[in-house]
Amino acid sequence: MTAEAKKAPPKSYIEDGHTLRSWFFSTDHKGIAVLYLVSITLFFFVGGAAATLIRLELLSPNGFILSNDAYNRLFTIHGVIMVWFFLIPSIPNTFGNFLIPIMIGAKDLAFPKLNLASWWIFVFAGCFVIAALLIGGVDTGWTFYAPFSTMFSNGYVIPAVVGVFISGFSTILTGLNFIVTVHRLRAPGMTWFRLPLFVWSIYATSLVMVLATPVLATTLLLIFAERVFGLGFFDPQLGGDPVLYQHMFWFYSHPAVYIMVLPAFAVMSELMTAFSKKHIFGYKVIAFSSLAIAGLGFLVWGHHMFVAGESVYVGLVFSVLSFTIAVPSAIKVFNWTATMRKGYVSFDAPMLFALGFIGLFVIGGLTGLFVAATGLDVHLTRTYFVIAHFHFIMVGGTVSCYFGALHFWWPKMTGRMYPEMPGRIVALLIFFGFMLTFMPQFILGWLGMPRRYHLYPPEFQVLNVLSSAGASILAVAYTAPLFYLAWSLFYGKRAGLNPWGAAGLEWMIPSPPPRENFETVPVVTWEAYPYPLEPQPVAKEDGR
Amino acid sequence: MSDALPAVHEQFQAPGQQLEADRLGLWVFLASEAMLFGAVFFALTVYHLIHPAAMHAATSRLDLVTGVIGTAVLLTSSTTMALAVKAAREGRRTEALIVLVGTVLLGLAFEAIKVHDWFDEYDQGLYPPMGPPFPLPQPAARLYFHLYFVSTGLHAVHLAVGILLVAGVAASLLSNRMKLPERTVTVEMVGLYWQFVDIVWIFLFPTLYLVSR
Amino acid sequence: MPSRLAFVGVWLVLLALLGISMAVTLLELGPWHAALNMILAAASAVLVVWFDMHLRESSGILKLFATGTIIFLLIMFSFGLADWPTR
Ligand code: HEM
Ligand SMILES: [Cu+2]
Repeated sequence: MTAEAKKAPPKSYIEDGHTLRSWFFSTDHKGIAVLYLVSITLFFFVGGAAATLIRLELLSPNGFILSNDAYNRLFTIHGVIMVWFFLIPSIPNTFGNFLIPIMIGAKDLAFPKLNLASWWIFVFAGCFVIAALLIGGVDTGWTFYAPFSTMFSNGYVIPAVVGVFISGFSTILTGLNFIVTVHRLRAPGMTWFRLPLFVWSIYATSLVMVLATPVLATTLLLIFAERVFGLGFFDPQLGGDPVLYQHMFWFYSHPAVYIMVLPAFAVMSELMTAFSKKHIFGYKVIAFSSLAIAGLGFLVWGHHMFVAGESVYVGLVFSVLSFTIAVPSAIKVFNWTATMRKGYVSFDAPMLFALGFIGLFVIGGLTGLFVAATGLDVHLTRTYFVIAHFHFIMVGGTVSCYFGALHFWWPKMTGRMYPEMPGRIVALLIFFGFMLTFMPQFILGWLGMPRRYHLYPPEFQVLNVLSSAGASILAVAYTAPLFYLAWSLFYGKRAGLNPWGAAGLEWMIPSPPPRENFETVPVVTWEAYPYPLEPQPVAKEDGR
Repeated sequence: MSDALPAVHEQFQAPGQQLEADRLGLWVFLASEAMLFGAVFFALTVYHLIHPAAMHAATSRLDLVTGVIGTAVLLTSSTTMALAVKAAREGRRTEALIVLVGTVLLGLAFEAIKVHDWFDEYDQGLYPPMGPPFPLPQPAARLYFHLYFVSTGLHAVHLAVGILLVAGVAASLLSNRMKLPERTVTVEMVGLYWQFVDIVWIFLFPTLYLVSR
Repeated sequence: MPSRLAFVGVWLVLLALLGISMAVTLLELGPWHAALNMILAAASAVLVVWFDMHLRESSGILKLFATGTIIFLLIMFSFGLADWPTR
């Protein structure tokens, strides 16, 4: 199609309807992605507010604003909201929803109504958790360990547990939808090995979602039944074993950390290729390592229980397997860095986030090996070392990638460019603010400061103040995009089809995409990441 | 695939593709359900393992006769459901209707037996949080009955959903709102769910009634 | 798709397995009966999945998902149950 006078271009998904109803009840995967984006952003700031208070409290060794009980409730609500209402849905439910159908050349997910239902279930679940927070909070920690949660806690465990339980169905249904979509809706020519690696990684995530989340559901159901009906399951007086609770919880929760980080891997492969203008290094290795991580992720849960009373022999096995899971993760990191070699690397904001991810994820992953060593873990477990370890991965890694993805696909989702300079500044602030916040926590943990206490010996104060200072930088850096992205919605430069000159079906359709994504079903004849791109006839649409 | 196929939703290009998507979706859902029940079985197995004596004492209080009858009923219903799918695929409406109604009745029979069991056990004091005093000396026997009530309850709830679904299919067949073989896929999906719930019982029965006896 | 008679045949086998399971239980075989009971249950479940749930005639991907789920359940049981006997 050349100079032929084109008919009016199809309306974008945003212009497809202007009523609230058209947003809240549309089954369009792109609209639902936006719903998720807005709702998890709200949760992110609720969880962030709790974190701010925690860091504020820890400025002083003797706790100057919060009671013991209030402190317990704060870190619990922080964990519950950040894990289940921000991180787990973050990349899959927003960018996965938005991109998977487009990347595989489909019009929508396989079950659009189910997709909409997932969002409503998610919001419904969120109401319970927010209610738990408002009526007084929960003091068990995000892990809801029995028998404290079942027999002794006087917090509002029930609404929190019900909220998390319900949110699990949203996760399961989303994972199911993605799995079926990737299997059944790929466009002609879109073979498995032509899929963007984003799709592979989200597919692996979906498998974990579907297989692990139901175990959490059962575990929470047992807590519920024990608290409400007095049916003891983990009550030591009856011969119940609290370690059984931990087995069940971590059978879900270790795989769940991969639900949180695999999507970041998904984003990484896209960012590194787009900003190096190079084919990915080792496509198949990355694709299969995603599946390997998803599978191996089910074999290591016992590394959370080395000191909980688990058998030492079993602990040993879990420890060794935990070391092996670092291998596929490391392979990926090497592949991403190798992708940059001899590429035309540019340092736009998304790429800065991606590079930040590499630095922070490597530190998080390596310290994972420390805590996976049974002997060392006796010293490090339940200290700030563990806190720093998983924040490096989940916040340094995944949240950085989430922001990288947000900047990278913002032009596609909204049709507008974000302002580049603030984007880069925020990327740098997040990296350095993060380092300042969590590096001192490694040292604190090494020195023996336990987690989950707000009182600590005065000699730890300097490191804690440093950490809180870093947290205040993070607070600014995480809030700033809210403003400049909102600004860009109205005043940002028009993006055009492909502002990054990136490969992938999503960059061949208008920004924002029309309701149907593609006018005609695309026929794919190329491999993923065919850089350098052949000059595309339609690609250069002047930014205006 | 069969000759007449239902209308295709916009995200699909061909009816066969939609059918395969529905099937895969249901199996993935069942995988998820299997993990849900798997965790219940895991807890049960652990307590069988670490409290053999108490579990033996507790198991012996269950009524083996109603247990076996219930199991046979469910095994039969699995067969009637399979026959319903076959009849649907081959377009035999009346036959499908008969076996579907049969399935519903078998499901109801099972639920009736289970409710009878529960009342019976309650009267014996086997529901530890309430009712007459618990008759067994071992504390861990209570653990057993807690898990017994949760697992049979969870199964019964799933079965109740299945009964509603099968009854719904039967009703829309009866009122001619559903055409066969065009809507075979609906019968198939409901059938898969039903038989999955049967399988849960196939494992629950020995786990609860037999292994520690 | 198998004939109606085949489904009835499967049903008879299922009932027979249930009968054997009861016999095994009542015969007081000591610790053996627990293992036998579970094996018989697994056999019945396989019959239901393979025939009644039509996995036999289903595409390879469905078979893969069905077996995959069993593998993940086995992981839960093998790794999890290994804990108590080795404490
Ligand atoms: C390189 C592979 C990894 C290894 C070997 C590893 C190892 C460990 C170990 C042994 C613990 C337990 C420490 C303790 O409680 O004493 C732990 C805790 C934790 N890890 Fe990792 N980890 C790895 C990657 C990850 C990833 C990718 C994430 C998240 C996306 C993650 C999130 C967590 C969380 C949330 C905890 C603490 C949970 C809690 O106790 O509240 N880890 N890790
Ligand atoms: Cu872990």
